[in-house]
Order: sequence, then C-alpha cells, then structure tokens
Amino acid sequence: MLSTIPVIFMVVFYILPVFEIFHKSFSGIVLFNTNSQIWSIVSKSLWFTVWQALLSTILTLMLGLPAAYVLYKVQFRGRSIFRTITAIPFILPTVVVAAGINALIGPRGWINLLLQGILNLNTPPVQIMGTISAILIAHVFYNLTIVIRLVGSAWSGLNPRLEAAANTLGANPIKTFWLITLPLLRPVIAAAMVLVFIFDFTSFGVILLLGGPGFATLEVEVFTQAMALFNLPLASILAFIQLICTLILTLVYQYFSTRPVPLVPAAEKASFAQPIKLGKKIFVATIVIVLLLLILTPMVSLVARSFIRMDADRGGQVSLASGFTLDYYRALSINPRHDYFFIPPIIAIWNSIKYGVITSFSSLMLGLMIVYGFKQNKAQQGIFDTLLMIPLGTSAVTIGLGYIFFFNKPPFLWGASQWLIPMAHTLVALPFVVRGLIPAVGSIPVSYRQSAAVLGASPWNVIWSIDLPIIRSVLISSLVFSFTISLGEFGATSFLSRPDFPTIPIAIFRFLSQPGGLNYGQAMAMSTILMLVCAIGIVFIEKTIFTVQETVI
Amino acid sequence: MRTTVVIMMIFSMIGSACGIGTSTTPSQGGTQQNLRVLVHDSFAINASLVEEFEKIQDVKLEFIKAGDAGTLLNKALLTKDNPLADVIYGFDNTFLSRALENDLLVGYTPVALADIPVQYQMDKSNRAIPVDFGDVCINYDKAYFLDHKLAIPQTLEDLLKPEYNRLLVMENPTTSSPGLAFLLATIANYGAENYLDYWVKLKANGLVVVNDWETAYYTNFSASSGKGPQPMVVSYGTSPAAEVVYASTPIDTSPTASLTGYGMCFRQVEFIGILNGTKNRVLAEKFIDFMLSVPVQEDIPLQMFVFPANSKATLPEVFVKNIQIPEKPATLGTEMINQNREKWLADWTTAILR
Repeated sequence: MLSTIPVIFMVVFYILPVFEIFHKSFSGIVLFNTNSQIWSIVSKSLWFTVWQALLSTILTLMLGLPAAYVLYKVQFRGRSIFRTITAIPFILPTVVVAAGINALIGPRGWINLLLQGILNLNTPPVQIMGTISAILIAHVFYNLTIVIRLVGSAWSGLNPRLEAAANTLGANPIKTFWLITLPLLRPVIAAAMVLVFIFDFTSFGVILLLGGPGFATLEVEVFTQAMALFNLPLASILAFIQLICTLILTLVYQYFSTRPVPLVPAAEKASFAQPIKLGKKIFVATIVIVLLLLILTPMVSLVARSFIRMDADRGGQVSLASGFTLDYYRALSINPRHDYFFIPPIIAIWNSIKYGVITSFSSLMLGLMIVYGFKQNKAQQGIFDTLLMIPLGTSAVTIGLGYIFFFNKPPFLWGASQWLIPMAHTLVALPFVVRGLIPAVGSIPVSYRQSAAVLGASPWNVIWSIDLPIIRSVLISSLVFSFTISLGEFGATSFLSRPDFPTIPIAIFRFLSQPGGLNYGQAMAMSTILMLVCAIGIVFIEKTIFTVQETVI
Repeated sequence: MRTTVVIMMIFSMIGSACGIGTSTTPSQGGTQQNLRVLVHDSFAINASLVEEFEKIQDVKLEFIKAGDAGTLLNKALLTKDNPLADVIYGFDNTFLSRALENDLLVGYTPVALADIPVQYQMDKSNRAIPVDFGDVCINYDKAYFLDHKLAIPQTLEDLLKPEYNRLLVMENPTTSSPGLAFLLATIANYGAENYLDYWVKLKANGLVVVNDWETAYYTNFSASSGKGPQPMVVSYGTSPAAEVVYASTPIDTSPTASLTGYGMCFRQVEFIGILNGTKNRVLAEKFIDFMLSVPVQEDIPLQMFVFPANSKATLPEVFVKNIQIPEKPATLGTEMINQNREKWLADWTTAILR
C-alpha cells in the first residue's frame, strides 16, 4: 500500500513526461534534419563526458574521504559551522561560481595580480579559465559535499566496537582503516561515487561557462541540438544514450553494494572517543586548510564583491568612489523604473525557502514510503531504487520540455503551474534520500525491533523509538540535500520557472543579464543572500529537527 | 520524542499552507478573463501600464517567461497543439521564418502599424508584428583605447590588423544570440561563400570565444566590473547607455561605446504575434495594440534597452547621448537565415572551435 504513492509519483512526474517528449521527437512532427555527422558528434561527446566525469569523481573522492573523516569523526572547535560551509557550493548557480573563480584565478583575479607583482611578469602566469583544469576544480568544488555528507554521516554512525577491537588486537590506525572501516563503508562510498559521477556526467553549466566552447558533454550537446539547432531527433538520441549510461552505471553499483553499514544509535558513540595524537593533528590541519582554500576562497571573493565597489578603470576621466559599500544591498529593494517583474528580495527569499521546505518534506516522505513500503520485498526495492537514479541522468532539457509538453494538455492542464517546480526538485532529491536511507534502515538489528515489540511497543512506536535514533543522522543529511537541491534550482527547473514566483537564483540571473556595475554588484549581493539562506536552513535542520532525547537502550 | 512529532507536523503544515494549494491555474478566476503572454526572459515593463491595461480591458495578464528568443520560439512550437499562451512576444528576425512556416501565428493588422517603418514589417501578412529593434555591435573600452593610443576600428576588415591582436571577445553563435547576430553580420558583408575566410583570419588575430554573453561581458571585457583582458566585446548597441543607467558610481558619460562602422552591427527586430488556437482573439489583439501604443513604446527603451518600433515614441535622453546608431547595419533575409542557420553554425564551429 505504502509503496503505491512513490510509484504513482514516478510514473506521473518522470516516466510519462519523458516518454512523451521522446515519442514526440521521433515521430517526425518537427523537422528531421539529420546529417552524416551524427555519430561523430555522439562518440566525441560521449568519450569526453565519460573521461572528465571519471577524473572528476576520483579527485572528489580523494579529497572527500579524508574530509568526511575530519568533519564527522574528529572533534574540534567550529566543526559544525565548517560542515555547513562545505554544503554551500552545491547550491550556487554556475554563473556565480564562475564569477567567484574568475575573481580568484581569472586573468585579472587576485592570485594572478599577486604573482605578477611578485615575479614582475607582464602576462598572468595562471591561465586556467577555459581549460580542463577549471572544469575539474569546479566539479570538486560542487560535489565534495556529496561525499562528505553521505560517507561522513554513515562513518559517524559506524559501530565503533569493530574498530576498537582491531586496535585492541594490535592493528595500527591505517591497517584498521583498510581492513575494517573501508570495507564497512564500501556501500556508502559506492553510493556517493555513483551520485558524484552522475552529476559530473550530466554537467552542463560548468562545462559551458568555465570550460568554454571547446568542450561539450552529452548534456551540453543535447541542449545545443534541442534549443539552438532545433534538431530534436538528434537531441533525443543523445539524451537517450545518456539515460542508458546512467542505468548501466546504477546496475553496476547495485551489483557491488549489497551489504548494509552497521550503524548504532547516537547514544553509543560518545563512549568510544579517541585521544588525538600529534600526527593526527597535522593530518586534520592539512585537510582543513585544503578545504578552506578550495571551498572558502571563491565564496569569500563573492561576498567581498558584494560589499566592495569594483568599477573598471576609467582612465582617470572620472573620479570614482571605491571601497566598502552597502549600496548593492540597498539597491535590491529599489525598483527605479517601476518594473512589473521587479523581484523584491524578501519575496525571492520566501519563494526559495517555500520550495526548499516542500521539496525536503515531500522527498523525505516519499523516501520513507519507498524504504518501508518495499521492506518486505528486496527485489522490488532494488528495481525501484534503480529507477530512481535515472532522472538524475536524464538531461534537464528532456525533463523540462517533457513537463511543459505533458502537463500542458489534458488530463492535467497545469500549464506552468508552480506545483511542478518542487516536484521536479523532489525528483532530483529522492535518490539522495533513498541512497542514504536504505543502508541505514537495513543496518537496524532485527533483535532491537523484536525486543521492543515483545515489550509491547506498537509498530509506529518501534519506528519512532528504535529506528529513528539510529537513522537520525542519515535523515538529517537527506533533508539537507533536498533543501539545498531545491535552493540551487537544478537543471530542469530553469525550464519551468515562473516570473510571478521568482526565486533567489532567478533574481541573480536577472541582474547578470544586463550591463552595468550596479547590476553586477546586486547579483553578488543576491548570491551572498543565497549562501546565507542556505547556511541558515542547514543549521535549522541540523539543530531542530529529529533532535530526539537520546534514550539509552 | 514529542518535540519531533510537533516539528514534523509544523513541517507538513508549512508544506500544505505554502500557498501551493491556492496557486493560480490558467482557467481560474470567475468572470474575469486571463490573457496569457509568452515572453522572453528579458521582458520588462512598467507595472502601472500593465495595471491600467488590466483595468480597462477587465483582464488578468499572465506572463510566462520562456528563456531567450530561440528557446521561447522552440517552446511555442513544441506546444503548438495545446498552446501555452494566447500571445507570444520576443522572437526576432533570425527566427522569424521558423515561426511563419510552422503556422504558429494568426494575422492581425493593428492601426499603429502605420507609424512603424516599413523596413521592420518583415512579414507582409502581419502575423509577426514588429515591436522594437536593436543592434548587436562591438562595444569598446574607451579608456583602454585612449591610454594605448589605439585607433577605433572602422570596418570588419580593420579588426584583422595586428594592433588589435587578442583584443576582441565574442560569444559562441550556437549558444548565444549576440554571437549569432555577429556571425550573420559577417555573412552579410562577405557573402555565404567567403565569410569563413574572414573568420579564419580573425581567429589567427587572436579572437577569443566564450559561450555566453555574461562571461564575455563580465569576465572578459575590460570595461565591466570583471575588469577582464579584452577591451572589445560583442554586445548590444545600447549597452553603453545601460552602463550609465546602472553605473555603480553615478556617471554622465559611458565608459564604453559601440563600433558602428559600415556593416559592423547586425540589426535585430523583435516581434509579437497571436498564437494560432487562442480562445481570446479579441483580447490578444487589444494587447498588441497596447504594446504598440506610445506610452508602452516610450517605456520600452529603459526597461529592455532596445529601440521602440513606433516612430512616434520619443527616446530618453540617456539613449540620445550615449548610443551610436549605425548608419548601415547589416541585415540578411529571414528566409535565407532560416534555410542556412544550421549549416552556417556547423561550418563556423568546425572552422573556429574544433
């Protein structure tokens, strides 16, 4: 019973719209201007897509695993703030990240200016914009939080007895990690890897803006073919290939991850805290510094831009005020030309939060329904779990056009209803929630539940008092993911946005689409607000929701 | 335990109370009618003008923003059987033929058409009616040219000179509409046979190509807040006025200007039309009259930074002072653009990017 709702959700909000658009594309209603270059376009973009995604994923994992350890297993001051900060890149629109990275390492970014000053050079020494390095850095910047959150939340819930036993038996920390921790975390690391890979595989904005015209992933090619060249058949072929790749990848992953991670309730963790040795301190410090450099500096340069006047040289013709200013923030709530589409910042913030809350709520509810609804039937759960991943690998153009096309006609006639936006967000968030919940719920020892039931607890009571404390950290990370996915306006939603319900990213795009220093400053100010809303949202979720009293079992 | 339940309940209440249940659907609204207008993302208009129209016609206007000019038209074409809207505004002469040959629009001849120059009335059966126009031109950084004592390029040919090596950034024509317009300008100048020779030479002279206008203007262009490395950017003829209006420190004269030499700019005309299949034909016609009326036409320049098509509309002062209007902008027949666009884009991509 419970599982029918998620099934209906998937059919209505994914399968039917996507089927419709594929059907329409191939039925020859629109022009079919095929040319002989098709397979060269397909193979070229497929090859590039795979190798850059593979490289990005490996890099993200190499930094993400130690970062997950530091942020979830080591106690230090400011840890929770730091954890929140690592999640922020995930929500930032690519245009804004590109601006931040440019302010930092672009041709006239401060690193280049510094180096030119020190080394007395005429040309900027770091030329990274428009190269594969820029793409890789941006992918790590964006997706690091996936590894940190998924692996970290499982790691912190890992039964410490096993590691303690290994230590007692004489294994050094590295040996313990290789022989005990890593194998235990394997399913969740695999889950994180697959999600990161799919995000890199379907990368769009980063490739367009930071990579430049020399690079094209399948996703970029789908967009170009569909929207610029209106070659829907070719766009559909490419989108379909991308979809099949995601499916294969998910199946491979399913095959390798069957064992659950043994988690324990929060109450049992504290007693196994370990003393910190010097070597470990150096390791922690190194990771913290690397994270600060990679994640914090582009964000800081954005925030700085929103407070500092940065007009270009006017060649001494005009004297310019420079330095600290609040003008950009003040200008946000002024509508000088009485524009009908003016977006008051408070409305944009409200809409963003509204969609974020609805997305987190609906994806958590659907996620729980999937996990508990299919609990009796593992085979069905496996199939549904695989199905959930496919929307992530479906090009935004496909889902976006599919929605417009499918929901605009009977029986729905929702046109561009604002309902569709949080539903599209939920589609993206759901795999994150389910990926986290399945291993967590699977790890709950049957004996706990049985004891509770024997002692007279009702089935709901069992869930609340046994399951919830154990899966708490996973539930929180699910909510954080759903909330941030919604705030960041992922992929398809840019096709569904409505001017009467503007969100913060829409306001940012609006400012950036016109020339003028004031517009640029306001875009940076709005980006700073977006980061702030995200951080506050995460702190709220982490501090208030599911903070159950820790009952000792 | 209890707090959790309470919070979960609050959570679900927020979810249901967030106004989603009361969202406005197109069919809703008692006796008052809705008129749906599909527009591009850059559409902007004075709110009191909209309110006035709504009051006089007793109608609720519902604007649907649908991406840039190309995306807008593609969405309209995809949903042709169940139109998303009654009126479409914002597709331009580079896409005009695609709209016309797919029977997307129905004809209407507004009275105000008499005040619109014939050169903009590109569809003789008036299914697509001109609303505004603008030029895609190269903007240059005045201070850079002054400081380096560089002459201002007067023709496309001038851009090939060694003194302008690595000084120009443009947008990828496949992903950006100003990029496409600039490519069309070179085709209008050199002809469909020879334009690629020009581009190969331009590339050899250090042309920089990025994918989108935002990157070109804010990251690469030296006169914007990005303080980039190139003092010339393919942008709009009206951008210098926008630099004054949206200056972060108030200024009188723009730090940028447009290169308006012979054939260097490409003129884009934006159209409005009634979508085939509308049930609000009369109101749709009223809306077109409204868009062509002098108050709206005089509002258009500072809202969207384009020129009004109606010659009775007077221009704002900042336009007159800061915008150089090209005497001989490049144009190409809409038929010709439509038939060759994909081929030109593919050939250009192969020659310049790959």
